[in-house]
Amino acid sequence: MASDVMAMHGAQTDRPTWVETLHAWVTTVDHKRIGLLYILYALLFLVIAGIEALVMRIQLLSAHNDFVSPQVFNQMFTMHGTTMIFFVAMPILFGFGNYLVPLMIGARDMAFPRLNAFSFWLSAVSGFVLYFSFLGGSGLYGAGTAPDVGWWAYAPLTARAFSPGSSSDYWTIAVLVSGFGSVAAAVNLIATIVCMRCPGMTLGRMPLLAWLYLTMSLMVLIGLTPLSAAQLMLLADRYLGAHFFDTQAGGSATLWMHFFWIFGHPEVYILIIPCFAFMSEIIPVFSRKPIFGYPVMVAATVCIAFVSMSVWAHHMFTVGMNSYANTFFMITTMAVGVPTGIKIFNWLGTMWGGRIQFKTPMLFAIAFLFQFLIAGLTGIMMAAAPFDWQLSLSYFVVAHFHYVIVGGILFALFAAFYYWYPKVTGRMLSERLGQLHFWLFVLGFHITFDPMHFAGLLGMPRRIYTYEPGRGWDAINLIVSIGAVIQAVAILVFVVNLILSYWKGARAGKDPWDAWTLEWSVSSPPPAYNFASIPTVASRRPLWDVKHPDDPDSRYE
Amino acid sequence: MIPELTSIFAPASTPARSIVDLSFFVLTITGIIFVVVAALLVYAIVKFRGRASDAGSEPPQVYGSTQIELAWTVVPILIVVILVAATARVIHAIQDAPQPPSALEVTVIGHQFWWEFRYPQLGIVTANELHVPVNDPARPRPTVLTLLSADTDHSFWIPQLAGKTDLIPNRINRMWIDPDRAGVFVGQCAQYCGTQHAKMLLRVSVDSAEDFDAWSKSQQQAAADSSAVVDGRRVFETAACINCHTVRGTAANGRFGPDLTHLMSRATIASGGADNTPESLRVWLRDPDAIKPGSLMPAMKLSDAELDALVRYMQSLR
Repeated sequence: MASDVMAMHGAQTDRPTWVETLHAWVTTVDHKRIGLLYILYALLFLVIAGIEALVMRIQLLSAHNDFVSPQVFNQMFTMHGTTMIFFVAMPILFGFGNYLVPLMIGARDMAFPRLNAFSFWLSAVSGFVLYFSFLGGSGLYGAGTAPDVGWWAYAPLTARAFSPGSSSDYWTIAVLVSGFGSVAAAVNLIATIVCMRCPGMTLGRMPLLAWLYLTMSLMVLIGLTPLSAAQLMLLADRYLGAHFFDTQAGGSATLWMHFFWIFGHPEVYILIIPCFAFMSEIIPVFSRKPIFGYPVMVAATVCIAFVSMSVWAHHMFTVGMNSYANTFFMITTMAVGVPTGIKIFNWLGTMWGGRIQFKTPMLFAIAFLFQFLIAGLTGIMMAAAPFDWQLSLSYFVVAHFHYVIVGGILFALFAAFYYWYPKVTGRMLSERLGQLHFWLFVLGFHITFDPMHFAGLLGMPRRIYTYEPGRGWDAINLIVSIGAVIQAVAILVFVVNLILSYWKGARAGKDPWDAWTLEWSVSSPPPAYNFASIPTVASRRPLWDVKHPDDPDSRYE
Repeated sequence: MIPELTSIFAPASTPARSIVDLSFFVLTITGIIFVVVAALLVYAIVKFRGRASDAGSEPPQVYGSTQIELAWTVVPILIVVILVAATARVIHAIQDAPQPPSALEVTVIGHQFWWEFRYPQLGIVTANELHVPVNDPARPRPTVLTLLSADTDHSFWIPQLAGKTDLIPNRINRMWIDPDRAGVFVGQCAQYCGTQHAKMLLRVSVDSAEDFDAWSKSQQQAAADSSAVVDGRRVFETAACINCHTVRGTAANGRFGPDLTHLMSRATIASGGADNTPESLRVWLRDPDAIKPGSLMPAMKLSDAELDALVRYMQSLR
């Protein structure tokens, strides 16, 4: 009896026990908590995949180095790529979408809260399935073996003859399950954006972030489906004796390439479009101007989504397609540069005539613009198919896509972290640590990825665990490895900042950046129900209208 | 000085040279785009930076401009049209080039982790080191490569001679080179093909017409047979070597590993994994993993005496 009283007493205190907290987080269907779970989960895998990258960079420090065996090196690049795409980039972007979209469109939650939790846990489980291969993926060699087929898992390397044991099955199952999670999350985002907007928020008044997440989610539906289908076909090959990709029984290796890249190229845009979304929210606020050419930005995004569905075989210029097919994919790939260029120009137009404030989010946004510009231009080089016959599969490609994924996506994510952290925690991230993080990361990024272009031009192929001396690659690889260490230090500064500021950061208040979208109208962190009463909006910048009743946006739109 | 050994900007053959020409064109255009856009960005960042004197006042709120949007849509479209036209010409010129009947045909077969070269016109089979003649424009003799794979995907890449083309199982790919000077050109497998992808190196020896004829004559001979190495030959024929390797003129006719009939005519062993010296040959025969961990050649657990005999036999295969 006495203990019951004690328990009752405990339940009535303000601070729940850690078991209650854990239970609340594991069983949550709140879009904000699920968003945070996605983000924290992705940060964990960011660190893991970063360590895998460091292992590779140590191995490549010098020619004929033997820090790790070729088997381990091949597992490292397979796990690094798979993890970064499926268990860092995808979940972190869904996390931000989950957290921000309902707040920005004036909704109290996502359309399907329980499906939302289901999506997250599918993603979470699949990441752990992949990593369980280190323990349980034992092939014929005894100990655990992570998959070593590359993150494209090109056939026939995944056939039973070349991947005995079950390590590549862990890869297949992980990608398949995370794909289901992504599709469910995309359905949820689409339903939320289409159905849950607050009164007055027509499609034309949605924040660009909502538009871009809508586009990205539609692309997920189209892009992830062929990948999932291909995984099922691969499983059928391996376990039911089908011969889709089993070349020894007449299957087709190029069929897998088509399936993979018809997912793989839209995937690049699936990842970068939410980052365009962050840019389109952050650049206006720190330039103190509305986004330049809102309708054009929406049109350019939708245009990118359409065109990017027909560019996939530019990853296959070297597989021996005929000259007409090569020309077609060359044209579509160059064409996708036009709407992408328009986006950069519109961000430039947004800054033009503004009063730019160089807070940490804006620093990352500015670096994004330069680096994404370079990434786009090296993309044009590789779109020129004959040039790609030299560049493809070399370190030039590695440099190019890390320019997109690190220089573009990760920089945009850091901008988003510094911008929305105050909303999520109620505390500002330290500006001083933020600046240190920014400059260290810019330095590390360029020392790592700029020289890689030259390694590729000097003929260094990717995915090699060792290389011959005397080909001009030695010094380049040494520099690249040093850069990787600097990046690691910068990430450490970032993590320290995240943790320290949670307790020590300055109080943020509702609206620390003097911003204009709905999430800044509620307290930081927002209450569980988001909005005490559902807001009504009359323009794309509802808080501008509130702050400037004399000159509201609604007058001009 | 930057070594030119594998630089894509040191072409020695028509496909590589037309790619360099195209790449300079593309680099120039993208370079101009970068300078212009980056300059505009820098100008905007410096010129429109927030100043203390702003004191909370907001700049004029501009929502867009149809004329400007139109301008920065049309100009990129024009640039794309120019790039597309220039690129399409080069694609056509390289891929659809007619080949003279005098062309040398070579079938390249990718294996985990080595290269097989077959010359159907000459009846030659060799491995890892491709010999081709210099192309004389007066009497053209380009080399046409037919690319096949015995197992996984590979990619044939000699940066100085041409762009890469993949070798894919159940698929026949073709590419061509017409080297304009003699010399050794190196490259390696560019498509990840398994554990030892990194040590699937490739050497192309471009010979003068006379040298090439001499080389092909010697390669057409059957293996030298010397009674001095009969012990080594017995080891070779009894230790399962013949299941995978061919030595023409003997019982050995395996096709899983490289043809060894003229092993000593090659400068390297293990697909460029080591120089072809008696010492490294011995290390390789004792334990292939010591040079190429993950290579598919098993260690046959030979005694020292057997190894010595086998190395001597290998040395006789000139």
